[in-house]
Amino acid sequence: MSWTIGGVREALAAKKISARELAGDFYKRIEERNPELNAFLALSPERARRQTDRIDALVAEGRPLPPLAGVPVAIKDVISTRGTTTTCGSKILENYIPPFDATAVERLEAAGAVILGKTNCDEFAMGSSNENSAYGPVKNPNATDRVPGGSSGGSAAAVAAGLAVAALGTDTGGSIRQPGSFCGIPAMMGSYGRVSRYGLIAFASSLDRIGPFATNIKDVAAILQVIAGRDPHDSTSTTAPVPNYQTEIVKPVKGLRLGIPKEYFAEGMDAAVRKKIEAGIEIYKRLGCELVEIRMPHTDYAIAAYYIIATAEASSNLARYDGVRYGLRIEDDSLLAMYRKTRGAGFGPEVKRRIVLGTYVLSAGYYDAYYLKGQKVRSLIAQDFRDAFNKVEAILTPTSPVTAFRLGERTADPLQMYLADIYTVTGSLAGVPGISVPCGKVDGELPVGLQIFGPAFCEARILQLAHAFEQAGGSTV
Amino acid sequence: MKISREDVLRVAELAYLDLSEAELESYRKQIDEILEYIGKLDELETANVEPMAQVLSDDQTADATLREDLVVPSGVAEDVLKHAPDPEPPYFRVPKVIER
Repeated sequence: MSWTIGGVREALAAKKISARELAGDFYKRIEERNPELNAFLALSPERARRQTDRIDALVAEGRPLPPLAGVPVAIKDVISTRGTTTTCGSKILENYIPPFDATAVERLEAAGAVILGKTNCDEFAMGSSNENSAYGPVKNPNATDRVPGGSSGGSAAAVAAGLAVAALGTDTGGSIRQPGSFCGIPAMMGSYGRVSRYGLIAFASSLDRIGPFATNIKDVAAILQVIAGRDPHDSTSTTAPVPNYQTEIVKPVKGLRLGIPKEYFAEGMDAAVRKKIEAGIEIYKRLGCELVEIRMPHTDYAIAAYYIIATAEASSNLARYDGVRYGLRIEDDSLLAMYRKTRGAGFGPEVKRRIVLGTYVLSAGYYDAYYLKGQKVRSLIAQDFRDAFNKVEAILTPTSPVTAFRLGERTADPLQMYLADIYTVTGSLAGVPGISVPCGKVDGELPVGLQIFGPAFCEARILQLAHAFEQAGGSTV
Repeated sequence: MKISREDVLRVAELAYLDLSEAELESYRKQIDEILEYIGKLDELETANVEPMAQVLSDDQTADATLREDLVVPSGVAEDVLKHAPDPEPPYFRVPKVIER
């Protein structure tokens, strides 16, 4: 049976199942499916038990239940969980046990959610296929010879396979939205600053965002509701108020103007994906939205700017893995040789490639040509979005130019892998919120995702549009 | 060619990263291709464009960046040291840096 947040709540309140039994059922399913899918890297049954005991006590006492009472959730392994290993999919953190919880995790648990365990991902969230994990790739539950997308592939696969009701992922250049698209579930990145990054192990700090996966938009909204909002531990988390998403998402979408950016529908998109996206756009027409062709002239430069900025920030953030305070150490008599050996042995190929590239674009003599140029182009891309939102209330695009590809099919050529992020990195650079919603399946097997961008802090509007799309049958176009 | 073998070696040294001979050559080639691609940014005239150094605008961070300077005990030192590769509480131990 497939559970939703509302369904769990009703079943608990009606005493049809206890929170402990429900968590037990999920662990059983994980035991059955995970050997094949490799979605989970670690389980936290003791922590889950403490939480289910708390929830079951509330039910027994007839006390009011918190919004996510008893909901089994999974957490991407780049997000810190007190007492449970947090490896970032890397050998360098193989035995790392955080002494604290990320704010998002703490908030989920305070709202009643049950943390089942940690999900696999590309090493330090660097990748688009989950094949860069040091602990092996995740399989796509829709077709197990294919990738689940990345970097939050484990979270997407876990939710799509019914091994968790919802999950947290992180998105730096598409790492929530693209796996959501490949696995056929809704997946959302809020505005930069909407969700605290405290306890999120940093890849690129000006781009990283935590966000939810779930099986339906109402649940995505319920998770975002809990994790959004100002956190004194993250100075970039905003004081902008968090609206009540549940009441916002049911508002009618009739009359909203939706931009269709010409640049996103140029060459490079798989024909079968295009057909589904066009059918998805038709749904909005039927719902009474006004579709407007717009131009976002700097779209084609986004990948280049993104891979300068993201790798530069990564090279700086990953300097902390030095074998001194946590993680792997390869011994040597000299401190500097210990650093070099530890980092050389602990990081995988994609992470090392990005550290080299990121260090290069920041190094003396190249800073202006690469890093500064990238930051300037980032301004132009953000301006494209501001201009667009003067004309339309939201923007519709495909999430990815392709559906889930075969394992191993694209690993030989990093640049080709980067280019597949073309539709997602733009919103990452601009800081705006984006959601991927299921928009049919190619040949009834491989899911397509429709992406909706909104202006900064207009999460409610894109959730509203996603909800209307879902209710109108968008997932089966 | 945008990046030479010497460049990769120099950068790996800056990043304290041991690279094998095979990694050195494959990264050089792959990064060269990536830099070649990144070169397309030169098509854009950006002399009068401000670099985007902040994602949030000032009004979105109002009151967000300044807080009371309060001492808040975090009490994690013991836990932190427990997971260090070579702890000697209350210190982290590293190989000797200064020669006598």
